[in-house]
Formats: sequence, structure tokens, C-alpha cells
Amino acid sequence: MTTAAVAVTGPRRRSAGLLTALTWIIGIVFFFPVLWMVITAFKHEADAYTDPPRLFFTPTLEQFRALFDAGAWPYFLNSLFATTVSTLLVLLLAVPAAYALAIRPVKKTQDVLFFFISTKMLPVVAVIVPIYVIAGRIGALDNIWTLVVLYTAMNLPIAVWMMRSFLQEIPAEVLEAAAMDGASLRQTLLRVMLPMVAPGLAATALICVIFSWNEFFFSVNLTASQAATVPLFLVGFMTSEGLYWAQLAAAATLASLPVVLAGWVAQKQLVRGLSMGAIK
Amino acid sequence: MSTDVATTAVPPRPVSPPPAPAFSARREGWRRRAPLLPALVFAIVVTQIPFLVTLWYSLNSWNLVRPGSERFVGLSNYADVFADRVFRQAALNTIVITAGCVIVAMLLGVGLALLLDRKFTGRSVVRTLITTPFLIMPVAGALVWKTTMLDPLFGIVNFVLSPFGVGDYDWTSSAPLVSVVAALVWQWTPFMTLLVLAGLQSQGRDVLEAAQVDGAGPARTFRSITLPHLRRYIELGVLLGAIYVVNTFDQIYIMTQGGPGTASSNLPFYIYQRAFLGFDVGQAAAMGVVVVIGTIVVATLALRLLFRSFAQEDR
Repeated sequence: MTTAAVAVTGPRRRSAGLLTALTWIIGIVFFFPVLWMVITAFKHEADAYTDPPRLFFTPTLEQFRALFDAGAWPYFLNSLFATTVSTLLVLLLAVPAAYALAIRPVKKTQDVLFFFISTKMLPVVAVIVPIYVIAGRIGALDNIWTLVVLYTAMNLPIAVWMMRSFLQEIPAEVLEAAAMDGASLRQTLLRVMLPMVAPGLAATALICVIFSWNEFFFSVNLTASQAATVPLFLVGFMTSEGLYWAQLAAAATLASLPVVLAGWVAQKQLVRGLSMGAIK
Repeated sequence: MSTDVATTAVPPRPVSPPPAPAFSARREGWRRRAPLLPALVFAIVVTQIPFLVTLWYSLNSWNLVRPGSERFVGLSNYADVFADRVFRQAALNTIVITAGCVIVAMLLGVGLALLLDRKFTGRSVVRTLITTPFLIMPVAGALVWKTTMLDPLFGIVNFVLSPFGVGDYDWTSSAPLVSVVAALVWQWTPFMTLLVLAGLQSQGRDVLEAAQVDGAGPARTFRSITLPHLRRYIELGVLLGAIYVVNTFDQIYIMTQGGPGTASSNLPFYIYQRAFLGFDVGQAAAMGVVVVIGTIVVATLALRLLFRSFAQEDR
């Protein structure tokens, strides 16, 4: 397709211009709901639901201020805790596992990889009932650690696959050279391998952060007042929905902001992460 | 974890000679396996054990609001599940939602990836704009769609469509499945676009130039070279997308609550209703098991397809 744009003659150039315009229009259409959400977040409620929709208005920060008066903080802190701790746990479990699968492969590596990916295919609805009952019996309902454990399990397969693909890229010669120079395993791991897989670690962490920050199903079923995360704060607007669009838009904007910013910064790693390391 | 392995397992490697070959081979085997075990054990405990418990529950009649109602009933929950009209409808809706979302998102994704695989002003900006819907929290996205986009009176969609004679159309209650699929397509198109775009950019420039030298037009080049090359990426996108979209819950919970009636319930939402609003543990568990079996069948077929296409590429 790129070839079409290479030879530029008169009509070709015009059609290239048209394609560019089309691409821009589609991009803006796709982005529009996000843009409208952000715009609405800066409106007074009276400007939020009008017919026709109002594009010009006096912006206000009132909605954001009101969010924190409405008690948004605990939700954000819970999300932050569940996301950070589960991501660290995932890396702690997945990196050694990926090492065992990539650098010095154990027997039946394929089977182990297949097992991990199959746990990702297991629909969560199939395990939610026993998890709820067991958590209830051991007093782990509405406890943020329950979410930490579940988010760790949810992201572990992806992380193992990703880290394996990154570790496989380290040339065998590098490791041989390190061994030849008498480096201990500890030195090899920290001084040779860690710098080489650092971008991979970042990509894996990003994917874990996205999925656990945005997770809703476990949170809505297993938490109540103490351990509820940000998506539940948003759901709280559904009861009064219709009246507080601007407030809702401000909450949605704030809830999405961390992941959107992280994803923008790390777009390249995103692709690799989403394909579980299959696409470089 | 890794430093742990480093200090305990390896340093004296040249110093200590292996005592007996068979023993050291086994020890070497365990040393290789050791870093894998924590992850493996964790995954088994957290995912497989609950599933075994689900299997057990599915053979029992048990309602949470009636303590002591638990008793073994064999396969009767399964008989009830298959006789349940709503379950069949939810299964059908799941297929419609998954297939609809994945196919439309993939078609849009291929188109967008082709448009983005050209050099033009602001290319990285447009790519960022298109990526964003995937990063938005699904609950937030669903709320925005339900209110500011699809609201019958004040929604943008009806405002844009009003010149075409669309009045105060109530999307989420008159066309619930279409609304849900629209929000899902919006969320998943970026995913497909990024995957296909990566595929396009991994194409060898020399092959494309050779095709041009040989007199192949853009359409011919696309059909004979680009599309076969993209096949692997498209299959990967469809497979991964389907795995996630089958489990769709957020959009349905927010936008339609499975309604009106049960018109837009999918299996995850229906099981949630049975378990957490009906407290019927046995039935919900049996449905969960049926969903897993269905997923295994579909996933096996999909994986086989995927591996076959890999094999073809290698030939």
C-alpha cells in the first residue's frame, strides 16, 4: 500500500491528499467520544444536556472539585494499591518462570506455555461463584488483597508469555561471553540480562497496569464499601444518571487518565504486549 | 526471586564436582524447574481449584439465601440449564456480540491500518487518536456511550442523525444489541488496527517494489502479497479479540443491564444475575461449566487454525 504513495504524479497526489483527509476525519470520529467526555467534564450541569449539544460554554473546574467532596479518594487509593501490588507480584512470579522457559528451557516447555494461556481462556464467570463463596467463608470479601490475588492470576499468563518472548531475544553468545568472563549467575542476571530486558519489563508492567486498573467484574462482585475500586465509583453515578452528566464525565475522565497517559507514552510496547509478545 | 536463585543455586558450579551422574541430572532438572514453580503453583491454585469447585457446585442444588439447602442432585442442574430459554438466548447473544464485534472491528482495523501505513502529516497524532478508545476504562467508555452519545433526547448520535429523519430514537432500549456492539467495536477497533498495522510494517519493502516493477497495481499487490502476509496477524487479532470479547460484562452491565427483559443478556451477565441476584449457586455453576466447554471447543478450533497458518508460513 505504501507503494501507492511513492510514485507521485498529478492525480496521484490529489488522491493521496484525499486519503490523508479521510484518515484524519476517521481519527477524529474515533476520538470524538473521548473528546466530548473531556469537554463535558468542564461544563456546568446546565450546559451538559442541551438540545442541540452545546460546544461553547463557560468552563469550570467545579465538577472535579465536587468529585473529591463526593469521596472519590478511597476508590482511587484502592485502585492504585490493587494495580501496583498485583503488577509487582506478577513480575515477581513471571520473570523467573519466563527465565525457566526461555533461557534454559525445562522439558515440556510447550505444555507449560499452553497451560498458562489456557487459564486466560477460562471464562471468569466460571470461577466467580466458588471464589465468592470461598472468599466469604475465609472473611476475604470486600478486602483489597482478594483483588490483588485475582488480578495477579489474571495477568500472570500474559506476563509469562511476554517476558519469555523478550528473554528469547537475548543472543546466546552474550550469555556465553558472560559465563566465559567468569560472571556469576547473579552478575549475569543483574548486569547483563536486566539492562537488555528492561524495555520488556516496562511493556509487561504496562499491560498489567492497564488490565488491573480497568478491571470491573471481580471488583463489582467481591467488594463493597471498603475495597471498592474506581470503576465502582463510576457505577455510583448510574442511579442518579441523567441529572449529573458533567459530574459523570469528570469522573470518567479522571478514572481513564492514568492508563491513557501511560498508553500514549508507551505505544510501541503496547502492540507487543497486546499480542502477548507475538508481534515485535 | 531471581536473586534468590542466583545465590542459592549456582555460584559454586565449577568448584563442586557432580557426585553421581544420575543424581546430578535430576538435581539439574529441579534447578531448571525451580524458577517456574511459584508461577505454576500460583496459577493452578487460583484458577484451577476454583474451577474444580465450580464442577462440584454444579452437581448440587444450593441457594445462598436458604442456608442448609445444599444437596447433591447429580446432573439435574444441567438439564435445567439446557431447558432454560433465557440461557439459550444468552448463548445466542454471546455469539452475536462476539462475532459482530470481532468481525466489524477487524474490517475497520484493516482499513484503518492501511490508511495509517502511509506517510502523511500528523500520522503519529492520528494513530494516537485512534489508539485512545482502547485505553479508556471500559466502564467509563460505556457510561459515556450510554449518556452523552446515545441518549434519546440529548445524545450526540441522534443530533448528528437528525437531518436524516432520526428523531428521539432510544438506542439502548430499542436496539440494545446494536448499542452494545457499537461501544465494543469502538473499544476493540484500535486493538485490531495496531496489530494489523504492525503486520503491514513488517512487510519487506523489496517484495513490494519487486511487485511494482513487475507491473502489479496497488489492488493486485494488496491481494497477492499484502493480504497473505497479513493473514497471521488477522488470525491472531481475531483469536485474542474473541477471547476477551466473549467475557464482555462491563458494557452490558452499564448500558442495558441485559435488557429490555433479557434481550441483550450474554452468558457472563446472565450467570452474574443467577449467582448474585438469584443466589442460585448450583445453576450458575452449571452454566459456568457449559460456558467453559463451549470456550474450549471454540478455542481449540481457533488454535488449530492458527497453528495451521503458522505451519503454512514456514513451508
